[in-house]
Amino acid sequence: MSLDGHGVDWAASLAEAEDHLAAATYDLILLDIMLPDGDGRDFLAAHRRAKRDTPVIVMTARSAVSDRVALLDTGADDYVTKPFDFNELEARVRAVLRRRGGAAQTLQTYADLTFDPLTATLTVAGEARELRNRELRLFEILLAGPDRIFSKTQLVDRLFSAAESVTDNAIEVYVGRLRRKLEGSRARIETVRGVGYRLTQS
Amino acid sequence: MVIQLLLVAAILSALLYLSVRSVAFSAVETTQDRILGAATLAIAEELRGGAEGVSVDIPYAAFSMLGAIGEDRVFYRILIAGETVTGYDDLPLPENPPEGLDPTFYSVAYQGEKVRVSAAYRSVLVARKPTEVLVLVAQTRSVQAEIVARLANQAAALGLGFFAVAALLSIATGRSVLQPVQRLAEAVGRRGPNDLRPVARPVPEELGPLVAALNGFMMRLSGALSRTETFIAEAAHHIRTPLTSLRMQAEIALRQTEDEEVRKTLRAMIRSVDDSARSAGQLLDHAAVIYRTDQRSEETIDLWPLVEGLVDSFRPLAEMRDVELHTIAPPEGMTLVADRVLLESAIRNLVDNAIKYSFADGLVEVGLHREGQMAHIWVHDRGRGLSGVRASELMVRFQRGSNVEDVIGSGLGLTIVREVAAAAGGNFKLGEREGGGTCADLYLPLSD
Repeated sequence: MSLDGHGVDWAASLAEAEDHLAAATYDLILLDIMLPDGDGRDFLAAHRRAKRDTPVIVMTARSAVSDRVALLDTGADDYVTKPFDFNELEARVRAVLRRRGGAAQTLQTYADLTFDPLTATLTVAGEARELRNRELRLFEILLAGPDRIFSKTQLVDRLFSAAESVTDNAIEVYVGRLRRKLEGSRARIETVRGVGYRLTQS
Repeated sequence: MVIQLLLVAAILSALLYLSVRSVAFSAVETTQDRILGAATLAIAEELRGGAEGVSVDIPYAAFSMLGAIGEDRVFYRILIAGETVTGYDDLPLPENPPEGLDPTFYSVAYQGEKVRVSAAYRSVLVARKPTEVLVLVAQTRSVQAEIVARLANQAAALGLGFFAVAALLSIATGRSVLQPVQRLAEAVGRRGPNDLRPVARPVPEELGPLVAALNGFMMRLSGALSRTETFIAEAAHHIRTPLTSLRMQAEIALRQTEDEEVRKTLRAMIRSVDDSARSAGQLLDHAAVIYRTDQRSEETIDLWPLVEGLVDSFRPLAEMRDVELHTIAPPEGMTLVADRVLLESAIRNLVDNAIKYSFADGLVEVGLHREGQMAHIWVHDRGRGLSGVRASELMVRFQRGSNVEDVIGSGLGLTIVREVAAAAGGNFKLGEREGGGTCADLYLPLSD
């Protein structure tokens, strides 16, 4: 998670988690069920009883069949089944944050672009453009580090599941699409030959 | 139990009737014989010997005694030294001659009727010589039969009365003995399929062992069931947690290297982690499906919200794979009675498959509509389809299509769907979609 630019505090037990929660506010809690000092579901139930509304995504090892209903009933916002893909986890985290509108994020602007991460809407010089799935994800990655060069491999790692065998060329398809969506803007995606891509403005 | 008691009452009543009847018969017979014997003796006493012969003066009293009993006909016969001197000379003689004045009695058929005969000997002096005189007196026994019949009727009435009382008593006893058993059976029968608490209601002392055995059995059953559930959960945990950290390490390593050879190796590693995790997961899911099918914990489910909720849970995954998920809501609400967890598991497998086998930019449509008494849930994709493999083969455990080697799967998903459909009394069809892709159709019986 830290690799993706999130600030993460790690608690190895429920007691530690309580300490962290008392000390700081968080945008999201990732909760494991089987912990050394108790059941994560009890923590979740107590968390909801205490009317704390920090979103919770549960990491469950249990068979998907029997768990989902119980977890969502207890108050989990979502869950991932172990083992999970980082990108899937991230996608779920983004979906939960978007749904809850919990993260106090403001509009991001770059050149004449305005991006609302909560609603995932992009405005180019006042005109709304619809971004879909991987285009959106690619744009978010590039926007997080303007002028920084991302290699094709880095982008593949963040856009596709690690289990998928994707060639670097697959990135070109999405870069091409995103470029069309950005047409008319001062911002553009630049190909740095032999290295990768970057978001830049003219 | 009531029937057995009634049977005993019937046998006892019959025995009562028979014994009363036989006692009455012998009592009446003894009385009659006494009178008959007395009449015979009265005649015998009046025999007078003389120089010329025997004079017989049949006393009126003898017949009036007999007449007192009723309308019976009376016969007599007197033999002197074997010669009939008066009376009916064909009245049968006794088989064993009587000894003196102590009469013997026997029954014979005479003139088409059953008669009782009493016979007595008397020695009379005729011309100073002792001469044996045999006196026979016979009487028909219609009165005796009448008395016996009357007594027998009374005995029968008594028997019937006895039977009726015994029957009522046995039904009442049966009820009161069986009532606690019935209440117990009802209490256990009313329970839900998962209610395995011990029986706590008070029962008569005699039922204590039964209840104890029942409770012991339920305890063992609930122990076995909860062990199954715990085992499934723990097995999943112990298999999946190490795989998770392995996968994480591999993924972090993947993100930190640009070396194509190393990346290939790491990818292969991640894929086999996913593969084993999925196989283990589906196996445990399958175990859970079988376990839950036995449990039958059913509830009324509003179908569309469940389908929609499940599809929503797949949106991040679909987004990641660049697949559009469309839902087509039914015009009406539909409810059915089923096991929620099983139903979710089936629909999840269908949606998961559709996304998994879709191409990038693919469209997966999920819809629901009513077909008669069935709910039809359909999941259509534009993915790689079945490529000629028969759908029935894909629903066999661990059987996968010929065109899916590059996609992770366990070969259990469709087996689970088919089993869930069968358990709910519905059916499942999988087919090639016109224009490419797969159609998965799940039919489930509606409750309304």
